[in-house]
Amino acid sequence: MNYADLFRATLPETALEVAALLVLVVDLGLLRKAALKVRVAVAALLGVAGCGAAAWFLLQQGTEGLSYQSSGELLLTTGGFTAAAQVGILVLTALTLLLLIDADFTHHVGEFVAVVLMAATGGLLIAAAQDLLVIFVGLELLSLGLYILTAFAKRSGKSAEAALKYYLFGGMSAAFLLFGFSYLYGLTGSTNLHQILLMVYGWNASQTAPLLYVAIVLVAAGLGFKVAAVPFHLWAPDTYEGAPAPAAAFIASVSKVASFALLIAISTAALHVFDDGPAMPVSPGFLVSWSLILTVLSTASMVLGNLAALAQTSVRRLLAYSAIAHAGYILLGLAFFSYSSRSAAAVLYYILTYGLTTVGAFGVVAVVERATGSDRLESFLGLHKRNPLLAAVLLVLFLSLAGIPPLVGFWAKFNLFAAVLGVSAGPVPFALVALAVAFSAVSLYYYLQVLKRAYVMPAVDESPMKAHPVTLAVLLGIAAAVVVLGCFPALLEGWIANFVK
Amino acid sequence: MLAWTIYLSFAGTLVLALLPKGRPALARWLALAVAVAGLGLAVQGFVAGMGQGRITIVDLPWVPSMGVHFLLAADGISRVLVLLTGLAAVAGVLFSWNIELRTNEFFAFFLALIGGVYGVFLSFDLFLLFVFYEVAIVPKYFLIAIWGSTRREYAAMKLALYSFVGSAMVLIGLLAAYATAGSHSTGLVELAHAGLPVSFQMWCFPLVFTGFAILAGMWPFHTWAPTGHVAAPTAASMLLAGVVMKLGAYGCLRVGIALFPYGLDPWGFSFAGLGSWRDVFAVLAVVGIVYGALVALVQTDFKFVIGYSSVSHMGFVLLGLMTLNQIGVTGAVLQMFSHGIIAGLLFAIVGRIVYDRTHTRQFAELETMHLSKRLPFAAWAFVIAGMASMGLPGFSGFVAELQVLVGAWKVNPWWVAAAAVGIVVGVAYTWRALQKAFFSDALPAAHILEQEQAHKFAAITWPEVTGVVLLGGVSLAVGLYPRILLETIEPAVKALLAGGGQ
Repeated sequence: MNYADLFRATLPETALEVAALLVLVVDLGLLRKAALKVRVAVAALLGVAGCGAAAWFLLQQGTEGLSYQSSGELLLTTGGFTAAAQVGILVLTALTLLLLIDADFTHHVGEFVAVVLMAATGGLLIAAAQDLLVIFVGLELLSLGLYILTAFAKRSGKSAEAALKYYLFGGMSAAFLLFGFSYLYGLTGSTNLHQILLMVYGWNASQTAPLLYVAIVLVAAGLGFKVAAVPFHLWAPDTYEGAPAPAAAFIASVSKVASFALLIAISTAALHVFDDGPAMPVSPGFLVSWSLILTVLSTASMVLGNLAALAQTSVRRLLAYSAIAHAGYILLGLAFFSYSSRSAAAVLYYILTYGLTTVGAFGVVAVVERATGSDRLESFLGLHKRNPLLAAVLLVLFLSLAGIPPLVGFWAKFNLFAAVLGVSAGPVPFALVALAVAFSAVSLYYYLQVLKRAYVMPAVDESPMKAHPVTLAVLLGIAAAVVVLGCFPALLEGWIANFVK
Repeated sequence: MLAWTIYLSFAGTLVLALLPKGRPALARWLALAVAVAGLGLAVQGFVAGMGQGRITIVDLPWVPSMGVHFLLAADGISRVLVLLTGLAAVAGVLFSWNIELRTNEFFAFFLALIGGVYGVFLSFDLFLLFVFYEVAIVPKYFLIAIWGSTRREYAAMKLALYSFVGSAMVLIGLLAAYATAGSHSTGLVELAHAGLPVSFQMWCFPLVFTGFAILAGMWPFHTWAPTGHVAAPTAASMLLAGVVMKLGAYGCLRVGIALFPYGLDPWGFSFAGLGSWRDVFAVLAVVGIVYGALVALVQTDFKFVIGYSSVSHMGFVLLGLMTLNQIGVTGAVLQMFSHGIIAGLLFAIVGRIVYDRTHTRQFAELETMHLSKRLPFAAWAFVIAGMASMGLPGFSGFVAELQVLVGAWKVNPWWVAAAAVGIVVGVAYTWRALQKAFFSDALPAAHILEQEQAHKFAAITWPEVTGVVLLGGVSLAVGLYPRILLETIEPAVKALLAGGGQ
C-alpha cells in the first residue's frame, strides 16, 4: 500500500470530504450575507453534487480493494456488495439533503450539510472496512456526526436532550465495541478481520478461549447499538423524536444502511474465509455463537419493537419502534446467512428499500410538523383534505412499511424470509420466520393508526397544508419508486446482482 | 381478454383518484362504465371458455430469481367466479349511486377492491395470487372506515386485522411450501406436482386452509363478518359478502386442497370422533351453518340478520369443499356464485333501498312503518331474495345447497342431518325478518300516521330497479337452468380433484 493506492481506493470518501469543505467555504465565505433560503439551497445542492461525484468514483472502482503490500491483508474492500451499499448510502444522503431545502431549524446551514457529508463518509468507510481499526474509525466518524446533527436545533430543548442521550449511549457502546476489539486483538494478535477469523476457526473446542465469547458479546453490543436492536435500542425513540427531521431521517436511513452493510461484511467474511486458502478443520464455536447472538437480538427486537409501537402517540416514536422491529427482521436474515450471495442480496435489498421508505416517511412527518407544530397522531387529522398528494405519499410509504403488496416493502420481506428458509428450513428458523410474519400482521395496526387519521377521521383544521415544491417532488419521487420497485421487483434485484459478479 | 378486467379496474382507480373533486356524477358514470366493461369482459371470457379447460392468458417472468411468474389463467371455476365479480361490481356501483361524500375516492377504493378480486380469481401463480389477495385488504378497510355506519372504525380495523392475520398464515405456509418444494417455481401447477412430503402437507394444510377460511367466515373465526357487513356501506357489504368471502373459499380450494391433498388424509388415530383435518373442518363448517342461522334468528337489527345468514351460507361452501367428491365440490363452487348474488341482493335491499329511506334498521321501528304498503318494491324484492336465500327450488341456492348435501351424504350422513337443522332455521329467520320488517300488523301511533302522510319516502330510482332486476334475474336464471354454470364448473372441479392437473 502506498499513498497513491490509498488515494485511489478512497476517492469516493475524498470526494465527499472535499464537498464538505467546499460547502463550508461557500456558505461561510461567499454567502455570508445571503438569505437563509439561498444558503440552504446552495449548500444542499453542493452536497448533492458531492454525493453524485462520490457515486461516480465508486462505480469506476474495481474489486481489488486496498491491502498492505507486505502481508496482503485487506484493509478496505471495493466493488461487490460494498459498492451497492455505498451507492445506497450516497443516494439516501442526497435525498436527505434535498429534503433539507425546506428546513428552517438552524442558521448554520453550511455546518449542517458539511457534518452530514462527513458522517456519510464514515458510513462509506464502515461499509468497506475489513480491519477492526478502520471499522472503529469509520463508526466514530459516523456516530460523532450523528450526535452533532441531533443537537443541531439549538432552540429546541428536546433536540439537546435527545443528543445528550444519544451521545451517552453511543459513547458507552463505542467503549464496549473497543473493549471487544481489544480482546480479539489480544487473542489473535491481529486487527484484520480475515486473520482473526482464520485464527479463531483453527482452534478446537478445548482451545477456544472463553474470552472469545466475551469479545463476541461485546462486539454484538456495540453493533447492536448502531442498528437499534433490543436491548441496545433505548436511544432510538428519544433521538428520533428530538432530532431535527432531516437529521432523524439521516439517522434512520443512512446510518442503518452503513451499519447493516458492516454486519453483512462480517457475516460474509465469516463464511468465506477459506475461499482462497487450503481447506482446514473448522471449529464452529465462532459461527454458532455469532448466529445465536444475532438470533436473540432479532427475536427481542421483533417482539418489543412491534409491541411498543402499538402504544405510541408520537409518529416519530412510532417510526423509531417500527425501525427496531425492522432491524429485528433484518437481523434474522443475518443470523441465518447463506454461503451463496442469496442472503447478502436479500438483506441489502431490504435495508436499501427500508432506508428509502424511511427517508420519505420522515419527509412527510417534517412537513406536517412544520404546519401543525407537532408530530402527534392528531396532527395528521384530515391530511387527505389539507394536502392530498402528501396524504397519498404517506399511504404508499406506510403500507410499504407494513409489507402490503405490491409495494416494495412486501418484496423485501418475502425475499428476506425466503432466504432465511433457504439456508435452513428447520424448526427454529421456521418458527422465527413465522413469528416475524405474525408480527408484520401486528404492525399493520399501528401503521393504520396514522393512515386512519389522515384519511378517515374528521379534520379539525381543513386549511391547506403547503409543502415546498422541491420537498413534494422528492417525496412523490420516493413514493413512485416504492410503487415501481414493488411492481417490478426484479429491477433492484438485478441491480444488486450486477454488483456481485 | 380476461386479464383486462384487472387492468381496467386498476386504471379506473387511478383515473378516479386523479379526477378533480366536485364532479360526483362523472365519477359515478365512470365507475359504472368500468364495472360494465369488466362484466362484459367476464361474460365474453365465460362464453368463449365454454367447453374448454384451463386457458393461459398471460405468462411473463416476474421475479426470475425466485421463479415467480405473472401467470394469469382461467379454468371453469375461475371463469364462473370472475363472472360473479363482474355482476357484483355492476350491482355495487348501481346501489352506491347516492354516495355524495368523497365520491371519487369511494369509487377509486371500490374499483381497487374489484381489481384485486379479479386478480385472485385469475392468478395461477401462488405468489401472484397472494399479492392480489392482499391488495384487496386495504380498500376494504377504507371503504368501511370512511363510508360505513355502526361502529365503523372498530369494524374496519377488525376486518383488516383478521384479513391480515389470515393472510400472514397463508404467507407462512407459502414460504414453507416454496422452501420445501425447492422447485424454484411458485406456479400452482408446478407446486402441486412438486411432491411435497405427506408429513409436511399434514401441518401446512390446516395452516393455509385456516388462513383462507378466516376470510370465508369459518366458525369460530367468523366474527369479523357480521360486524364488518353491518358497518360497511351498502356496496361494500355487497362486495364483502358477495365476493370477498369467496376469495377465502376460493383460496381454500385452489391453494389449500389442490396443493396439499394429503393434508386431508386420516391421521391414523381419532380424537373425539375426528380422524382427519377433513373431519375437523367439516364439523366447523356445520357448526357455522347452524350457529349462523340460530344467531340470525334472534337479531334485532335487520342487517345483522343478513350478516349472520352469510356465515351460515358460507358454511355450506366449506362443507361442500370438505366432501372432496365431484358433486359436493361442484355444489360448493355453485354456492359461492349463488350466495354472492343473493347476499348482494339482500344487502342492497336492507342497506340501500330500506335504510336510506327509513334511516333505521331496527325491527322494532320498522314494524311500525308499514313498509309493504309504503315501499312495495322493496317488500317484493325481499320476498324474492328471501325465497332464493331459503333455498327454494327455482333459485340458484337450491341447486347449490342440494348438491353440497348430496355430496356430504356420501361422506357422512350426520353432517347432512346437522346442516338440515340450519336450513330449517334459515327458513325461520328469513320469514321472521320478512314479517317484522315489511308485513307487520303493528299499528303505529296516530302522530306517526300523520307523519307518514306528510312525509313520503323518496321514489325508487332507476339504479335500484336495475340492480334488483339484474341480481334477482341471475339467481332465477341459474336456478331454472343450472347447467349453464355447471357445465363450466364440473370439468374444472374434476381436473382439480384428480390432483394437480388444474
